[in-house]
Amino acid sequence: MQHAKHLFTLLATVAAVGLSGCGEEKKPEAAKPQAEAPAARPTIEIKIGHVAPLTGSIAHLGKDNENGARLAIDQANEAEIEIGGKLAHFELLAEDDQADPKVGTTVAQKLVDAKVAGVDGHLNSGVTIPASAIYHQAGIPMITGSATNPQLTEQGFDNVFRVVGRDDQQGPAIANYLASAEKPKVVAVIDDSTAYGEGLANEVAKTLKAAGVKVLAREKGTDKQTDWKAVLTKIKGEKPDAVFYGGMDATGGPLIKQGRELGIKAVFSFGDGACTDKMHELAGDAAEGMLCSQAGIPPQAASKAFLEAYKAKFKVDPILYAPFTYDAANLMIQAMREADSAEPAKYLPFLHKISYKGATGTIEFDAKGDRKDAEITIFVMKNGKVEPAAVVKAGRTVPFDQFLKSMGGA
Amino acid sequence: MDIFIQQLINGLTLGAVYAVVALGYTMVYGIIQLINFAHGEVVMIGAMVAFTVINALAGSGLPPLVVVLIGAGCAIPVCVLVGYTMERLAYRPLRRAPRLAPLITAIGVSIILQHLAMLVWSRNVLAFPQIIDIKLYTIAGAVITNVQVVIILTCIVIMAALAALVYRTRLGTAMRATAQNPQVAGLMGIDIDRVIAATFAIGAGLAAVAGVMVGTYYGIAQYTMGSILGLKAFTAAVLGGIGNVPGAMLGGVLMGVVEALGAGYIGSYTDLCKISGISDWLTQRCANDGHFVLFGSNYQDVFAFVVLILVLVFRPSGLLGERVGDRA
Repeated sequence: MQHAKHLFTLLATVAAVGLSGCGEEKKPEAAKPQAEAPAARPTIEIKIGHVAPLTGSIAHLGKDNENGARLAIDQANEAEIEIGGKLAHFELLAEDDQADPKVGTTVAQKLVDAKVAGVDGHLNSGVTIPASAIYHQAGIPMITGSATNPQLTEQGFDNVFRVVGRDDQQGPAIANYLASAEKPKVVAVIDDSTAYGEGLANEVAKTLKAAGVKVLAREKGTDKQTDWKAVLTKIKGEKPDAVFYGGMDATGGPLIKQGRELGIKAVFSFGDGACTDKMHELAGDAAEGMLCSQAGIPPQAASKAFLEAYKAKFKVDPILYAPFTYDAANLMIQAMREADSAEPAKYLPFLHKISYKGATGTIEFDAKGDRKDAEITIFVMKNGKVEPAAVVKAGRTVPFDQFLKSMGGA
Repeated sequence: MDIFIQQLINGLTLGAVYAVVALGYTMVYGIIQLINFAHGEVVMIGAMVAFTVINALAGSGLPPLVVVLIGAGCAIPVCVLVGYTMERLAYRPLRRAPRLAPLITAIGVSIILQHLAMLVWSRNVLAFPQIIDIKLYTIAGAVITNVQVVIILTCIVIMAALAALVYRTRLGTAMRATAQNPQVAGLMGIDIDRVIAATFAIGAGLAAVAGVMVGTYYGIAQYTMGSILGLKAFTAAVLGGIGNVPGAMLGGVLMGVVEALGAGYIGSYTDLCKISGISDWLTQRCANDGHFVLFGSNYQDVFAFVVLILVLVFRPSGLLGERVGDRA
């Protein structure tokens, strides 16, 4: 690798010297010194789009995603991949969708017009879903590294893939973990009456019942609720061993705080909407010990090779989904190599049947374009921070330190 | 039984806060027959200012109680200023206009205040620093926290103080006189503008205290928090008889209790599986799930308004409201 890099620099220097030396000469001759360079081969320019919010409140996450994609592209260029007998040069077109569905579709159209071979993105589910329709019309493959809403891959688009888990895989994962780790007899399930919260709560209740746990009548709040005492008091009378809440941290924080104020000793568990350090801010020490789940794996669990390369290139650690966007870009490149073509129509079938060992483990896609056996990580609130406790993959729960070891060898 | 007492305690805490906010509505209405829809936003601003101050002082090592008091001490003047400015700029010029004009203006002021707060404090849910060490006390199986005790006591003190102000002081007498007949009160040498401004200022001060209490009780503040709280307090004021000071107190407490008991028990009483025998479909449905709740506790907010409608149908002037003839 290092050798190849030197060669590349040398090549560039030779070309530059040659060009500057004959700057005054006419065009046909200007091309001549390039042909004399030792490793010059016919090249093919391949554009890959990356879209994420680069401005606004989650700009840092967008930049993180972009870094992941950029690392993959740069590594591919250094590796001097040949596609269709030509030296492939990849170019990353990084765009900003401002986490806004309207901007997202505009940017998507812009990338389509720029004739990108594939798109790595977007970040938000709400933006990815409308944008995916545009890529679908243009027949351009897109792989998201962070959009977890199930609807994305339920549209029947054959060009849409995702390398993270789905929201509806989370419910069973957290419920199974809860049932096996805490062994509750009675569980109260609450939701915030939103599509997300109710859907998640339904999955949890279903899984718990299947595991033989008694689930109390569903309690409901709203996504703007601040007062949970009436609901919690009612629940307290039924003496549950655990409580699950499908909702966001803004309502989940007050929920757990008020639960502890009422003297409820049950284990509180949440989905990814409330799997943030903000829970500690909102509820203080009451949030200590709560369980929650997130799709995917935390960045520190990605392969060592990726983590070291990322750190060396960007001088920071990946924040959240960078390993997934890195894998997404690599998947496209890998499929292009297997198809020996960067034509979307030609390499798309290879994406469907790909089996690739990436920074986040082995990746294969099911018929919908979802990742097979996607990981869900279970977190526990410790000293005000949500820390990974276990990883659920294909129905099996692996303690986090053990999972880290298994990834270290990757 | 302990569950019932617990719901009662929850309701009383909530009701005490409603009562304090409702006082602001009822006092203004009593004097100028204006429903000040921006009053809820004043509560929100009180909570926001307190948040900023408490957040800044959280790491200073001062005792939590002192920090919260300083927070309230900053919120009250700010809210009083907001209340006064609101009256001076938005309502006073419209005092002789048809009644609909100031009402619409009030809604406008509410929107303006909400969006100003959004610009200053962002859209995010703000978390109050958890500085208060929460202690639980058990009474007959029910739990009450030190914060709840303080809220209930503070509200009682505020209500007593306000009652004393309205019924025992010169300003209170002037307020009541203005409420009865502004023209005649003016002829008697009462400076009506001053009395009205004072009413707005007092109401806003109460709102500030309510904001601080709500903020520290729930631990969160957001720029939209004022609207639903304001609406419920307004309902409480109407329930008690708008324009009537003891009525607002009674209405507020009643409202909180009805809401808590309603949310706590509606689910159990509308569980169709209790009558699953009446239809085969239902029996089957219940065999699968065990519960088929028609109205869940998310109908908590609806309760308040159902009560309001019932009161307005059967007793249009509210529980303690006098049957007054048309003032116009």
